[in-house]
Amino acid sequence: MPATSHDVMPDIELYQPADEENALELANTLGNDGWIVGGGQDTYGWLKDRNKSPAAMIEIAQIDAWKGVKETADGIEIGAVTTLTDIANNPLVQAKFGLLATAASKVASPQIRNVGTLGGNLNQDARCWYYRRGLDCYRAGGNICYADSPEGLNREHAIFGASRCVAVTPSDTAPALVALDATMVVASASGERLIPAQDFFVGPDRDIVNMTVLNEGEILTAVRLPNEWANAEFYFEKVADRNVWDFALVNVAAAIKVSGGSISDARIVCGAVECTPRRLEAVENAIRGQQRSEQLANDVAAIATEGAEPLNYNNFKVPLMENLVKRAIRG
Amino acid sequence: MAYMHIGKDFVPPDVPGKVTGRIKYAEDYTRDGMVYARLLTSPVPHGRIVDIDAKEALAMEGVIGILTADDVYPDGEPQSTSLKILTNEPTLMGEPILAVAAIDEKTAENAIAAISLTIERQPFVLDPLDSLAEGGANAYNGGNSFVYREGFVEEKWTNDQLASFKNGNEPTAEAQQSWEYGDLEAGFAAAEFVHETTFSTAGYPHMSMEPRSAMAYWENGKCYLHGTSQSLTALAEPMAGIVGVPLEDFVFINEATGGGFGQRSRAASIPSMAIPAKFSQKINRPVMMRISREEEFTIGGARQGLQGWIKVGFKADGTMSAMDMYCVSDSGGKGGGFDANSAAAGVSALYQTEAMRFRNTSIGTNTGHRGAQRGPGENQIMAIVAPIMDKAAEELGVDRLEIRQLNAAKNGDVSGPQSTPFTSAYMPEALQQGAAQFDWEGKKGRARQTNGNKVRGLGIGQGYHNAGRSGMDGIIRLMPNGRLQIHNGVGNLGTYSYASTSRAAAEVLKMDWTDCDVITGRTDRHLAISSPQDGSNSIFTNTRTCFGAAQDLLAKMKEIAAMDLGGNPADYEIDGSRIYKSADSTVGMTYAEVAQRGKDLGGKFTGESDLPEELDTLSALSVSRLAGSALMGVFHDPRHNNNPPGFTVTFMEIELDKETGKFDILDLVTIAECGTVVHPQGLANQLVGGAVWGIGLSVLERHLYDPQNGLPASNGFWQSKIPTYLDTPADIGTGWVDLPDPENPVGARGIGEPSMGAVSAALNAAISDALGGHLFDASPVTTDMIINHIAGISEEAKPLAQNNFRG
Repeated sequence: MPATSHDVMPDIELYQPADEENALELANTLGNDGWIVGGGQDTYGWLKDRNKSPAAMIEIAQIDAWKGVKETADGIEIGAVTTLTDIANNPLVQAKFGLLATAASKVASPQIRNVGTLGGNLNQDARCWYYRRGLDCYRAGGNICYADSPEGLNREHAIFGASRCVAVTPSDTAPALVALDATMVVASASGERLIPAQDFFVGPDRDIVNMTVLNEGEILTAVRLPNEWANAEFYFEKVADRNVWDFALVNVAAAIKVSGGSISDARIVCGAVECTPRRLEAVENAIRGQQRSEQLANDVAAIATEGAEPLNYNNFKVPLMENLVKRAIRG
Repeated sequence: MAYMHIGKDFVPPDVPGKVTGRIKYAEDYTRDGMVYARLLTSPVPHGRIVDIDAKEALAMEGVIGILTADDVYPDGEPQSTSLKILTNEPTLMGEPILAVAAIDEKTAENAIAAISLTIERQPFVLDPLDSLAEGGANAYNGGNSFVYREGFVEEKWTNDQLASFKNGNEPTAEAQQSWEYGDLEAGFAAAEFVHETTFSTAGYPHMSMEPRSAMAYWENGKCYLHGTSQSLTALAEPMAGIVGVPLEDFVFINEATGGGFGQRSRAASIPSMAIPAKFSQKINRPVMMRISREEEFTIGGARQGLQGWIKVGFKADGTMSAMDMYCVSDSGGKGGGFDANSAAAGVSALYQTEAMRFRNTSIGTNTGHRGAQRGPGENQIMAIVAPIMDKAAEELGVDRLEIRQLNAAKNGDVSGPQSTPFTSAYMPEALQQGAAQFDWEGKKGRARQTNGNKVRGLGIGQGYHNAGRSGMDGIIRLMPNGRLQIHNGVGNLGTYSYASTSRAAAEVLKMDWTDCDVITGRTDRHLAISSPQDGSNSIFTNTRTCFGAAQDLLAKMKEIAAMDLGGNPADYEIDGSRIYKSADSTVGMTYAEVAQRGKDLGGKFTGESDLPEELDTLSALSVSRLAGSALMGVFHDPRHNNNPPGFTVTFMEIELDKETGKFDILDLVTIAECGTVVHPQGLANQLVGGAVWGIGLSVLERHLYDPQNGLPASNGFWQSKIPTYLDTPADIGTGWVDLPDPENPVGARGIGEPSMGAVSAALNAAISDALGGHLFDASPVTTDMIINHIAGISEEAKPLAQNNFRG
């Protein structure tokens, strides 16, 4: 049981590699003992509370090769340590992938976005407060979920995909990237691998400890957005208790292609309802070939929440999710 | 009346320091040889410390020492529910058990981690209703309630009584506290519309920006404590008592405070400041104790949550003829709080209820310390009652403004169980002014109008708090260089009232503000006693003392002038920092000259004799230390008559999105009725700050403890959701009635607390309006509640939940 508010950093080795090669070498050498830190917004709370105690930190925010937005033959590539503010304000992102620019602009607060990175927003750990307080829950290696219990506080937790743990993905950019069919560039000392955004995030049924497929020694270095979804009709909305400086109760990201008055293709993704961004393929299938309209939105919204299993205090997420999907389809 | 300073804006002396960051808070001080203390706090919500094994910690390099409850209470801990310095009998998780001092924080922290505690766990409870149940756990070792003059008691209801209450019925158990006035039965008999409901309001932390860090050292037998407080001199004597040092050997230093909001007004609510003082005494080193954000949340106090039943009757014309209120108040893990009583008294004051009964039982839970938080009781209950007023208006076919006008407090009205008259009251004027500024007539037709998925809601809220005290002292000095030094004991909690009340002295003496120095910040600057800065009282209380001290000084100046220049004191008047004969203005003295003359004369002119007999101990000590130094004005304020109210009115329009449960505040206007306005900018700040907080009370702020282990979740700004800029309107309209109160020499009354209550009431009323008059009978009304209501979802939330509000 956490007894004391520590609020004092323990002794931790700090590595500040000069380049990507050096960083990957350190990640390889230190393995799970090396905590990758970008903007630090998901780092210092853990460490000051002493609920995570890595031997070393590998700072990567200074690595220029993993920073910035550049145009590629097939779209754009965004370095993982690019700040959320830079992404939200980037003309290229705004021009082609406004969905991501909007999502990035809704993360946390201006101060956090100024230092928080895309990689950090995607890789951040679960925000379940029981887990964050250092309790011995499943995700922390124990054998209980405090949130999914008769008395548990679970207003902000999952309505889909519970498997021992009911924490949700807290990211605002993750649903946008899944909707944009992004590719994650993951590097390690032994090379690089490309992972579709949709496969990058994992639920507790596959891995109760990690929320992404990143292996020991691997670093998310960039995200690629294919032109296939550039300038589609986008919709992003985040509903949180507070209008800034809060995590989503539910968010939705949609990319919809309209051709000849009908929806030719669509990708719709919700966050904060499951441990991973939840892609709504049944809804996408239902609207493909249809005209965007209020009627269509009303007709298909309920499909979005089929199979939802609310907990004691989060029944509201079902109508909220349906409503956000409606709005995404209405545009 | 034309004033020179009253009602004029000015730059308070601490503003440059706050803007530049140069002003010092307790945590900014250092001292040679200073060591750092960290706390080990209770890992359980209720228990007894059986053993503390600190051998390993004390052997660590750099560790200086340990301080435990046995050190600070050698004769045993006080047996009450009050906050203790350190304890071996924790009744809430996070309560300080011991402190370790080391050469730096990290070493202290590592030492804390090496300490082994053996704890005997005790049953804990988070909900008063669970404790009231047969066999329910008691929060305290002696029972589940602490009654004044009786001590610990155990209150239990039968299962039937509890079930009935949870099902929405009037509690039938005998209450600990009750009062009533008027003929309740006749009041309900006369009612055309009666509304009866159970309700709950959440407690939540005060969330001061500055944690309660403190630093202390001892020098030449004196204890110097750098701390944080809403008050300054009001805190000194009781804090000296907690530290265990005579008042004359205690110096409290508190130049600025980063928020108090009720839980730092009195020493008993911040005894943790004694830890570095006691520790420093033990190890003979200056000790800095930095308090973390989380610790601030766990030991920093919280508003009381209320679980209640209310029945209110209205006559056909809208007059509130009767109200019956029964509350179960959450006293938390350390006792405290009188919110329910204030809530009932507030309803009586605001709505002039013809007959009223109030009953209350206070029950402890193993949650945070409870105490006054801005508008304790009044602000919670107004958020419940305002939508009921609207329901009554709708049922009776009365305009919503009109029903409030009908029940508004006016000059000559009384309120509360003793039928105490107001010193003055202008609520009808405030309502009228607010309606005009908001354009109620023009906007009221927009209520419940829909635009797609959006719907408009309008709300009117009213706030009240008793806003003035008396019986304090004033000390000022006119220096031989002609400057006026105002020894103001009011704390600097961010309202600038320490400076604005000082201007009453400058007003009396017709002095340029640039010729005045406000002496404050530390008690060894020899300050006057002031009332604790809570209860919206500072403006009323301390303009009286500063005004009185200036009048005393002026009388002495006239006496000196008559003595030296001839005639009688009454022959003289003042202006332009001169005292001169009314008949011949060339015959006079400058303020510098009269000050020097007074100093030379000594005796009663310099505080060496003829002092008011009733001076407080601290004031008398200050005067004795200043005696002979300058021409001095000393004043003891007699008690005032009646109840000086602070009133507010808020008009609000919102647009609620029925698909998301979110809303935008389109317009918000708050009007203050607080007598003569002393400092318009400060008043506007109070109204705007109160508005933000009121929004938090209505829709965001909550108190979360895990029922499984008693662990607080509201331990930071994530789960304790204070509103942000984007949750509040960019423009908040303000205004004031500005009519003088006869019990204050400059006509002023306080306003701090009601500025919040009116806004929370207006917002709850507006949400209810947007939802077709639905009553949640709760605060806060969170996003999920609105979504569930619209979707027709009846969630299995705990009945009347106030801790763990909505999971």
